[in-house]
Amino acid sequence: MYAQMVQSTGKGVKSRAEMTEDERRFQDRVDAGEKIEPKDWMPEGYRRTLIRQIGQHAHSEIVGQLPEGNWITRAPTLERKAILLAKVQDEAGHGLYLYCAAETLGVSRDELTEDLLSGRMKYSSIFNYPTLTWADMGAVGWLVDGAAIMNQVPLQRTSYGPYSRAMIRICKEESFHQRQGYDIMLKMARGTPAQKRMAQDALNRFWYPSLMMFGPSDADSVHSAQSMAWKIKINTNDELRQKFVDQTVPQAEFLGLTVPDPDLKWNEERGHYDFSEPDWSEFFAVIAGEGPCNAERMAARRKAWDDGAWVREGLMAHAEKKRAAKVAAE
Amino acid sequence: MDENAALFEFLLRMGDNTLILGHRVSEWCGHAPVLEEDIALANTALDLIGQTQMWLGLAGEIEGQGRSADDLAFLRDAWDFRNLLLVEQPNGDFGQTMMRQFLFDAWHLPMLTMLAVGGHERIAEIAAKAAKEAAYHLDRSADLVIGLGDGTEESHARMQAALDLLWPYMAEPFEADEVDAAMTEAGVAPDPGTMRGAFMEKVGAVMDAATLTVPERRFAQTGGKSGVRHSEHLGHILTQMQWLQRAYPGAAW
Repeated sequence: MYAQMVQSTGKGVKSRAEMTEDERRFQDRVDAGEKIEPKDWMPEGYRRTLIRQIGQHAHSEIVGQLPEGNWITRAPTLERKAILLAKVQDEAGHGLYLYCAAETLGVSRDELTEDLLSGRMKYSSIFNYPTLTWADMGAVGWLVDGAAIMNQVPLQRTSYGPYSRAMIRICKEESFHQRQGYDIMLKMARGTPAQKRMAQDALNRFWYPSLMMFGPSDADSVHSAQSMAWKIKINTNDELRQKFVDQTVPQAEFLGLTVPDPDLKWNEERGHYDFSEPDWSEFFAVIAGEGPCNAERMAARRKAWDDGAWVREGLMAHAEKKRAAKVAAE
Repeated sequence: MDENAALFEFLLRMGDNTLILGHRVSEWCGHAPVLEEDIALANTALDLIGQTQMWLGLAGEIEGQGRSADDLAFLRDAWDFRNLLLVEQPNGDFGQTMMRQFLFDAWHLPMLTMLAVGGHERIAEIAAKAAKEAAYHLDRSADLVIGLGDGTEESHARMQAALDLLWPYMAEPFEADEVDAAMTEAGVAPDPGTMRGAFMEKVGAVMDAATLTVPERRFAQTGGKSGVRHSEHLGHILTQMQWLQRAYPGAAW
């Protein structure tokens, strides 16, 4: 889940009586499971909410290159290096699909980038945590991509056509990412005592931040209610978090690792695991820019953008010269 | 020189070039000027690491001491590396990275093309596969050198500075030693000197289009492919690249 706490109209879902004729027709199409395409009429709130959500997701893919990029030059084998490169390349590709999907809503990639760099738009809180050992590459794939898939699989059915199609492509690659992460964890958990220690340490550090990826409980959120009515959000945050915990705990057991939650236990009656909530004050601090790596991540992205200005300008100038020469020749 | 020993050395040269350049290019991950370049740089690094697995894998087989591609990549010290000095040079700005890439590609593609029709079947197979990737790398790096050379005043100045900085490293690939002589004699690889013409022709055409000037020949920097004198940079690359394998000997990853 790379979009957290996406604000919608903030006004709650309109009743049919409150809707205009256009809005009613639009809602009927969404309810009937039709896809909304870029040229179709859509409420302004729908368009804006989608831009925020898709933009935040795209930014997460881009900033998300950094914690994993941190280990590419230190990957322990050629195969691991190749796999990690392929994965990070996929993520940049996901960013590209998503920016393209956002562009169909009338906002350019440059505008979205400026919004990220100025702090007006956010990216997922998870990428503000450091990757400290090689086992973190396993934990990121297993837990972070695992949590992302939980949200992205239902989003393949989202009402907005370009977003839905981007999600279908992305999901195919994400499941490979999660598998490679789990494979790293398996190797480490079955490895030397030092490797096992690294694996447990990675799980300890990434468990709660992964649970935070779904965002705080939104059962009472007017933003989420509107997004769900528009089918740009399919499940509540709590539903997805529960699903993630239920899926992940047996995987941790298979690895022989301990989930760092003394209150974690299977609840026979509910048919789900009971688990502790993450520290939401930490989550809000990270979202507000006070996480362990916020400053570094933003500085890295700003530096890439600023240092790259001469490259973008140079290539634009060259393209313009070529275009002018072609016109002159005709 | 014993042909097997020469073959081993030659394969290290091919594999160490792609390993070290792949490492350098991968340092860009997440820091490129535009998203498309992040993707393309990761893709280039990925190709180069894939080629490394093939070259060093074969080198280990030829050596016959039971060393794998990973053993060769992660457990040799700097003096046993056989890459060109060019590829261990720092990334610098994006222009310097792309100039280094172009100069390498403009040597690499014709080299691979010759190896693909050479007398060693396994080498020819690897080269044929790698040549497809190298052709794409060369198209891309040439386009970027042209676009940035013939772009703005600033991009032009940066590209000229990159060319001036890196040109002294471009004699090394064409100098022959006893390893090359043994490979040439065995019909495996071309005499490196014979490839200079095609290289200069490509460089000349691209630099013309890029409005850049190839510098007068200065003192040539050599010592990488012989391993006699690497730059100070290689030790730092290895410190990073080999760290896990060195810190946790014998662990499987």
